[in-house]
Amino acid sequence: MKLSLAKNLRGANGTLKINIDLEIGDGKLVTLYGESGVGKTSILRMISGLLQPDDGLIRFSDAIWFDSALKVNVKPQQRDVGFVFQDYALFPNMTVKENLEFAAADKEDEVIDELLVLMELVDLQDRKPDTLSGGQKQRVALARALVRKPKLLLLDEPMSALDRKMRSKLQEYILNVHRKFGLTTILVSHETGEIFKMSDEVLVLSEGAITFRDTPAKLFSGNSLSGKFKFTGEVVSIEKEGVVYIVSVLIGNDLVKVVADSSEIENLKEGDQVLVASKAFNPIIQKI
Amino acid sequence: MEWSPIILTFELAAVTTLILFFLATPMAYWLSFTKSQFKPIVETLVALPIVLPPTVLGFYLLIAFSPNSAVGQFLNDVFGIQLAFSFSGLVVASIFYSLPFMVQPIQSGLSNLSSSLTEASLTLGKSKFTTLTKILLPNIKPSILTGIVLTFAHTIGEFGVVLMIGGNIPDKTRVASIAIYNEVESLNYSAANGYAIFLLIVTFSVLLLVYTVNGGFLKKWMS
Repeated sequence: MKLSLAKNLRGANGTLKINIDLEIGDGKLVTLYGESGVGKTSILRMISGLLQPDDGLIRFSDAIWFDSALKVNVKPQQRDVGFVFQDYALFPNMTVKENLEFAAADKEDEVIDELLVLMELVDLQDRKPDTLSGGQKQRVALARALVRKPKLLLLDEPMSALDRKMRSKLQEYILNVHRKFGLTTILVSHETGEIFKMSDEVLVLSEGAITFRDTPAKLFSGNSLSGKFKFTGEVVSIEKEGVVYIVSVLIGNDLVKVVADSSEIENLKEGDQVLVASKAFNPIIQKI
Repeated sequence: MEWSPIILTFELAAVTTLILFFLATPMAYWLSFTKSQFKPIVETLVALPIVLPPTVLGFYLLIAFSPNSAVGQFLNDVFGIQLAFSFSGLVVASIFYSLPFMVQPIQSGLSNLSSSLTEASLTLGKSKFTTLTKILLPNIKPSILTGIVLTFAHTIGEFGVVLMIGGNIPDKTRVASIAIYNEVESLNYSAANGYAIFLLIVTFSVLLLVYTVNGGFLKKWMS
């Protein structure tokens, strides 16, 4: 898809000039990364048609959704987009199933049952949204965004409100549907671990402009570490053991203990995302 | 005491409330979403009957409804309607008079809903009308109930406007509040008391119902 967007936004911190110009490959999962207030959500809103750019072009596959030169501005209803909102935006007056049915043109659509199974929502289908946990709401929001079988999925910090375990499970769900339905997905995220795990590419947004574009590994390792093997994880605990410190890092579902000296743990605290790499030793590989 | 003023009062309140609901909902929708520069002007016009003496509103409506005025003449020539001193005239006047009581609760209900609900519905391919009827209105039921009940109760309590444009014609424009005034004028206190007690009880019960339902007490008692 081709995105060329210019928009002046007036916000609490003065004016923000969004100006981006990029091409995103079909079927890719791309993350928009940046501090809050740099225009990430506004970009998603412009792509989906909820916010009109001042100037530019939005083209997805062969369809032109917005072209300021040709005065084309396709309504959000007619854009092939699934949008998962940060606050989920589930309709409180409808049950889980009714939320999905509302999105469908035909209530009998098989895709509803298929999505209920895929997202493990069958047991929850008659519940109202306010009786669900954050992770469950998130799954409903994701399922509902997919009912119309969009080709483009926009996720606005979908996991920011969830705990680590739930987050990792939902990342699986998202990756799963991304591959299964052959979607192009744009994810807004702050979480380095999440970005590593999920995205093909990461776009760093700063003051409305893209300042970096490459694979997540390049961004977060700073490219200075040419490790033979490296993983990212989250610091679970830091314990003093004699003169050194034992840092426990959760990588995927495995807990890894790393020895560190006091200078290395200076800037570390529990919950930090870290890169664990080895340079000098050859890792052992063994069939299990 | 006769029943006809009471019946007329409820007829007027019911008709006014029904028409106002369908009239005020689109207005409230527009007011809660518009970024138009005319919004403050429209909001002021809607709120005006709250502060304006009813006699002022009644006076101008009477002038407008008069067969000698352009509006009155137009209505008479085109539709054959005579609004001054008629029940239809009372309905039109009540609609102006109670407009803020229907518009404001619905508008504030809509404004308090997260805008992402509307946006989600649009990205799911639904029109703005479907979004309003299927998503927005069902999620502001307490505000709608408040609007309906306040309008109904407010119309029951109308006096100045009715007196100005309706006069005091039995079975046509003599509503309960006018009947009370009428009975007191002729020193018939017991009949006045009958109407007064009736209005007091009805309005008290209606308001109590709203606060009970909106406060969630009804659900608590039922369960």
